[in-house]
Amino acid sequence: MATTTVEGAGHAHDHSEELDFYRASRGIKSWLLTLDHKRIGLMYLAGVLLAFFAAGVIAIIFRAELLTPQIDLLAPAVEGGETVGRELFNKLFTLHGAMMVFVFIIPAIPAALGNFLLPLMLGAKDVAFPRLNLLSFYVWLTGTAILVLAVLVGQLDTGWTFYTPYSTSTHGAAPVILAVTGAFVLGFSSILTGLNFVVTVHKMRAPGMTWNRMPLMIWALYSTAVIQILATPVLAITLLLLIFENAFNVGIFNPAMGGDPVLFQHFFWFYSHPAVYIMILPGFGVISEIIAIHSKKHIFGYKAIALSSVSIAIISFLVWGHHMFVSGQSEFAAALFSFLTFAVAVPTAIKVFSWVATLYGGAITFNTPMLYGLMFIFTFTIGGLTGLYLGTLSTDVHYHDSYFVVAHFHYVMMGGTVIAFIGGLHHWFPKMFGKMYNEAHGRIGALLVFLGFNITFFSQFILGEMGMPRRYAEYDPHFQGLHVASSIGSFILAAGLLWTAIYLVRGIMSGKKATANPWGGASLEWATASPPIAHNFHDTPHVDADPYNFPEIDHSIKTGHH
Amino acid sequence: MSTAVDASHHSDAGHGHEAHPSYLQHHFDNPQQQEGAAKLGMWLFLATELLMFSGLFLAYFYMRSQYPDMVHEYHEHLDKWLGALNTVFLITSSFTMAMAVRAAQVGKSRQSALMLLLTIAFAIGFMVVKYFEYRAKIEHGLLPGDAFAEHLPGGVQTGWYGGPQLFFGIYFVMTGLHGLHVLIGIGLLAWIFVKTQRGAYSGNYYTPVENVGLYWHLVDLIWIFLFPLLYLVK
Repeated sequence: MATTTVEGAGHAHDHSEELDFYRASRGIKSWLLTLDHKRIGLMYLAGVLLAFFAAGVIAIIFRAELLTPQIDLLAPAVEGGETVGRELFNKLFTLHGAMMVFVFIIPAIPAALGNFLLPLMLGAKDVAFPRLNLLSFYVWLTGTAILVLAVLVGQLDTGWTFYTPYSTSTHGAAPVILAVTGAFVLGFSSILTGLNFVVTVHKMRAPGMTWNRMPLMIWALYSTAVIQILATPVLAITLLLLIFENAFNVGIFNPAMGGDPVLFQHFFWFYSHPAVYIMILPGFGVISEIIAIHSKKHIFGYKAIALSSVSIAIISFLVWGHHMFVSGQSEFAAALFSFLTFAVAVPTAIKVFSWVATLYGGAITFNTPMLYGLMFIFTFTIGGLTGLYLGTLSTDVHYHDSYFVVAHFHYVMMGGTVIAFIGGLHHWFPKMFGKMYNEAHGRIGALLVFLGFNITFFSQFILGEMGMPRRYAEYDPHFQGLHVASSIGSFILAAGLLWTAIYLVRGIMSGKKATANPWGGASLEWATASPPIAHNFHDTPHVDADPYNFPEIDHSIKTGHH
Repeated sequence: MSTAVDASHHSDAGHGHEAHPSYLQHHFDNPQQQEGAAKLGMWLFLATELLMFSGLFLAYFYMRSQYPDMVHEYHEHLDKWLGALNTVFLITSSFTMAMAVRAAQVGKSRQSALMLLLTIAFAIGFMVVKYFEYRAKIEHGLLPGDAFAEHLPGGVQTGWYGGPQLFFGIYFVMTGLHGLHVLIGIGLLAWIFVKTQRGAYSGNYYTPVENVGLYWHLVDLIWIFLFPLLYLVK
């Protein structure tokens, strides 16, 4: 092991009776008012998983409706029931999108896994601002409550993108104002987390940990945090303007009053495009860790991967117009956005090549984390490459607002971030819970998720190619075969995810006790107990090498420049 | 295999180290690390505030580029002398704030408290002027969007395409959001004042005073841009 900390044996202070962070203090108040980043991370984990479950159930409902071309499942059997059904469909996909984007996927890896791991990986006792961390959790909770209330009670049906003029003229202003307020509050949770992480990485690294000795997970979380800090405030002001527009009919987005609805789209996507990189960058970090550790090989291209995260963060601010190619923006602007969209694919591809090069010649263990890591490379690559089709002006004219777009973003967000999230959950499961999950069950779950996911969404690429528009409750009968395939796939996916949830919970409750370092990792989180003590390390670790020098590496093979 | 344990850093709590002053939080190793973290955090937060307001400035420039004549006509309704007075209030308050930080830095807490009080006084003055400005707008019906109903000699003029309801919408959101930040600033200043009175700060530890000072300077800076753009530019 290249980096170590002495764990109590033969030390001046006897630490052997020091309790893990679960037992260090007890009672509900010790959780609700905790300043321990590990407990906050676990509370976030519970919260985001609940949101994922709820938004997923909603998706299953409308996937069931889409088994048939006409509106039937959602339509009550009364006069005018079909219209009710169609409107209900709109509300369902709005709720699904808003919950998934704002409540689940943006916080998921950073706030749940990141909060737990960042200080541990840096060798710190906690994040820079523990009270701000707790506040960010309660802000998240508040924003979620407002958003869910808004969509349920206010019956919002604009889609999660709130495009004007529909969002300023629909069913009265209240639903939009309320929902947008929820998103506004959630944004602040994101900003606080990002701010905390940036300061922690700058100021609280263990002695000897230079920037180039940080795990790639940290580089990923750091780049994400920078985007969170810079982009989210622009969302805040966009939502504020939308609220104002709804409350007072100001007119800035209303063409009937001299305003510009496309201006809203510019404002909105200026945040929401960088937001998708907030979603995926932490996932890249997780994959770097999983691939390296479970193939017992030093990561290939450490500097390239680290700097690619930063360059993705920068370029991500310059491509928002690729959501608006058909909105009427100038051809010159569209061409520029298209070019930059291609450019952002380059650092992303560098990562994929580096991961594959890491696997090559490695001693790969095909356990559940590695299976999810391999799954990620497969599904994310498909998602990323199809982004290029969408980034090409000529083809986007055909694909815009079709199922092709839906398939693309599900491949990158679900096939990307969610797969990485689940993989990370398994990989750090022993560290977080001190127990092991059942490996055989893990592989079954991975298979179900892989099959279910690809059946669901690959058929949607074809649907989009054939011209099926998105957000439609009813469709032309010749699309039905693929819709049925997609829906069946979604049921398999749901079964796989449910299966995974069940064995993970059973692992927490009665799994085998885990050692400090079951995978042989060399980063600092593995150099402390599973689960860690309340302040993480008995003594501040001192770092003198990078975190990928696994002792089992065969150094006789040339692995390239790191 | 090399090991190097920094044995002088004990992460357990509850032992009498001189290096553990009362203001040092337990997750930090030393006061310098804590101070560095606090200041970096504050600057990052200010960056987010700047980005948030920049969206509004963008909306303003959009409106100005689309409807230059309307903006030219209606910005005359803003009283530039009251605006100038507010500018003097804020700039002076930034000066007294800087004095408060300096006094804290050299351990003169009574002077620091006095300077903080003066800063709060100017801030309140700003809000009072704002109250009069807003009241005048409301009386004349110069309000955003649907509420616009300008009282003219011939009768009431309501908003129309590309009209002044847009200008006053932008005006109220920009000055309103800024005013909200002034109010929050008054709260922060009051909190720091109370803590100064209780002797919480010294030459060794005055970071919160400094950070509130940074926030206040940003609030001032935003107004420095707001004032000419809304009130002065032809």
